[in-house]
Amino acid sequence: MPDSQVAFSEISPSEFFYRNRDLAGFSNPARALYSAVRELVENSLDACEAFSIHPDIYVRITTPEASPTRTDSNHYLLKVLDNGPGVDAKHIPKAFGRVFFGSKYELKQARGMFGLGGTMAILYGQITTNKPVIIRSSTDGKTLEVIHMMIDIQSNSPVILKRESLPANGSTGTSVEVMLEGDYSRSSLKIQEYFKQTALVNPYANLTLVDPQGKLSFYERATQQLPTPPRETLPHPHGIDVEALRRIIKKSKDPNMLKFLCRNFHRVGDKIARKFLDFAKINPDMSPNQLSNEDIVTMTDALHSFEEFLQPDGRCLSPIGEEILKTGIMKELDPEFVVVATRPPAAYSGFPFIVEVGLVYGSKQLGQGLELLRFANRIPLLYDEGNDVSWKVMNNEIDWKRYKIPQDAPLAIITHVCSTKIPYKTVGKEYLADRIEVEREIKNAIREVLRKVYTYLSHKGSLEMVKRKTNIYSHFLPLIAKFSQELAGADILPRYKKLLESRVAKDPETNTPEERQTESDSKPLEKEEHTDEKPILRFNKEGQLTLEEFADE
Amino acid sequence: MSNRYRRSQSSIRKEDVRTLIQNIGKRVYKDLDSQIFPTLTLHTRSVKNLVYDPNLRQYVLGAATVTRSSQNIKQIRPFTQLIWLAYFTDKLVREGKTSTLRDVFYSAQAFEVEFSDQPESDDIITDLEVILSRAREDFNVYPEERSAIFGDLNIEYTVKGYEGRRLNLASHPDGYLIGPSLSTAEFIDTSAEIIIAVEKGGLFTRFVEEKVHERFKAIIIDTAGQPPRSTRYMLKRLNNELKLPVYVMTDGDIYGEHIAMVIISGSANAAHLRDLAVPTGKWIGVWGSDIIKYKLPSIPLTDIDIKRVHELKRDPRYSGGIWARELEVFLKIKKKSELEAFAKYGLTTIVDKYLPQKLEEAKSY
Repeated sequence: MPDSQVAFSEISPSEFFYRNRDLAGFSNPARALYSAVRELVENSLDACEAFSIHPDIYVRITTPEASPTRTDSNHYLLKVLDNGPGVDAKHIPKAFGRVFFGSKYELKQARGMFGLGGTMAILYGQITTNKPVIIRSSTDGKTLEVIHMMIDIQSNSPVILKRESLPANGSTGTSVEVMLEGDYSRSSLKIQEYFKQTALVNPYANLTLVDPQGKLSFYERATQQLPTPPRETLPHPHGIDVEALRRIIKKSKDPNMLKFLCRNFHRVGDKIARKFLDFAKINPDMSPNQLSNEDIVTMTDALHSFEEFLQPDGRCLSPIGEEILKTGIMKELDPEFVVVATRPPAAYSGFPFIVEVGLVYGSKQLGQGLELLRFANRIPLLYDEGNDVSWKVMNNEIDWKRYKIPQDAPLAIITHVCSTKIPYKTVGKEYLADRIEVEREIKNAIREVLRKVYTYLSHKGSLEMVKRKTNIYSHFLPLIAKFSQELAGADILPRYKKLLESRVAKDPETNTPEERQTESDSKPLEKEEHTDEKPILRFNKEGQLTLEEFADE
Repeated sequence: MSNRYRRSQSSIRKEDVRTLIQNIGKRVYKDLDSQIFPTLTLHTRSVKNLVYDPNLRQYVLGAATVTRSSQNIKQIRPFTQLIWLAYFTDKLVREGKTSTLRDVFYSAQAFEVEFSDQPESDDIITDLEVILSRAREDFNVYPEERSAIFGDLNIEYTVKGYEGRRLNLASHPDGYLIGPSLSTAEFIDTSAEIIIAVEKGGLFTRFVEEKVHERFKAIIIDTAGQPPRSTRYMLKRLNNELKLPVYVMTDGDIYGEHIAMVIISGSANAAHLRDLAVPTGKWIGVWGSDIIKYKLPSIPLTDIDIKRVHELKRDPRYSGGIWARELEVFLKIKKKSELEAFAKYGLTTIVDKYLPQKLEEAKSY
């Protein structure tokens, strides 16, 4: 009976994300505008860095005027322009018009992973405004390809509406112009914060934001130094799952298991491969293609449980680096004191990661009390702070009293985790899961910077103490001298200056101009008061030096 | 005794204080001039250093001393304040001016040695007392609170502007404030034979009205609660110089008993001073046993009162005589009465009956 039949149909990835857009951070107009900005900016940053170009990114959000059909305009035109390498004309439609098409499937650190975010922004724009996206790109600086297109959601494919080639202005780069529904008034704070924090961890980039009111915020490049770009890497055995293993086997043309292991996995050499095969009871001479489905499952388990694989190395990672991070912090926060700790590479489930932590003390940009700024692969994480592993570490794992930091100290902790796979808890990429390995590294890094700020603060405290001390002596000792002179009925002050100097001279670094002032102030007094210091040699009226001792008597 | 002789005594005492004060300054000056951080050594005033002297019947400071050094970062401020106070009081005495404790606190601000609060300045004043072994009144610093005196006593002022002027202390029925000028006045002559110190202004007025000064040949002093030092000093002088016995009448409770004790044996707070106690003085009431004997209206002791009784029982000054006996009575009857309680039997009963009986009784202990 036709009525009772259930209709089975395939849905495309585009359709899936269309239906589940809140998963990707497009749950409401305010959040969607923020996410769209973020995704497109991150694509641009990734593109530039991959080619060692100093990013120069321009973002403009405008409200389209003169729309006769709509007056209550909650539509925004978002334009993101970069100076990256550009996208080859033939790839543009798919790169921007198809979910899960991208250049970032290799195993190396990048902000985005699957080319999903940018397309998601375009998809969201299309479903809320039914307007095409305009992509402009130049790979050579001579020709500029302009494509107007929409996405056929059901077939997950681009539909080109208009295409033209124009002369370029000499530079490469890409711009994406998308119309979307948003709520700038409710997302402006997050967007501003996003720019500020992005500028903090990417101080080698120029960032420009023009908001709907026409207000321009410019975050200027503060260093020419770029982070070392990550290298592509082979998967680590601990991070492999059954599906991944099957794909590698299918792709490989290796004659036997020994070679298969050595060529397709991270840091697996002949010796370790033999040990593993012995452990997994697999014949080294067997061809990988001979592995049955069950064999693949057993082997995956063995790959996970074999403990002699070397830890992944950090070459596929690109930490910000102490110098660049400090530059960014100084540029954006201008603090009194900054310290950065970089942990050695570590791994969770076969994915290498590096934790960097910065500590900022005494910045006018910060309020009283502790602030946490979280970053993953150089992306600021602005939402769901309370669920993040860094938050958990700071609140549960750190014994703050130990570091004698006052409760209301103007302090900010900056955590950055970079990895080939950031352990995000959700697709929205807003907070990190509390993986025990990551948690441990964050904890150690925070402790390291806290020890440094503790030393700094106690040194500062003792300097202030010494300064206060000399101030105290130079205030009270002259008073004692004066009162005792009055009481003793003496004509001159006692000679206490040397005593005072003995207190002040002890600590040369505290000899501030202020104190020098009091010292020089008091010197003439001393000369007047103590006849024994009267000069013996004087100039006479003729300008000659004369001995005065006889004349005086 | 001639008046002239007495006057020179008084001025000698003042000169003496100035010499002591100036000696401090000279020592400090000499140290500074010899590139030495000056120090001052004084007896410790901590409770641990309080020793009860059974002969003097008062607390005295023990042998423990403390040295204040201008080299010590924490002590240089109080050290300076102490030297300033010496300078300040030397000037006071020289110019014949007086200052209250509060004045001292504010005066320091003009010299950049300000105190953070008055207890701090009071403390420094006590330090100077300890160093000089003299009461602050000797260097012209007086507390705010004043009590009153009434009776046939002719005095002659020594304060500036009143030198030589005389006054009879029975000329004004409200009595005279015991202030700096009275404290330093010379006693010329008196017809009085005893001193009666009473705890309350109300009873003081009643005594004046009922002519106690004539009927009992008494000088009456209102201590206004726990007597200020100047009053105790006055009692001491009257007792010493005029050889008049001192009787103390207080409320019938342990606080009254302690007021009498402080007049007679001095306070722990002034253990460094000798001129504030009248060891021959007598507490004539109201005793705990009088509450029973005279069937006085009474109110029950509170928990705080009882706690205080136990505290006083540990005090060596209360180790014998009527002091110990009456403490026990209070503890036993758990009652207390005020002086006004006698009004139940008529307003003048306390003067007509109680006072003569108690004065008579006092001859026996």
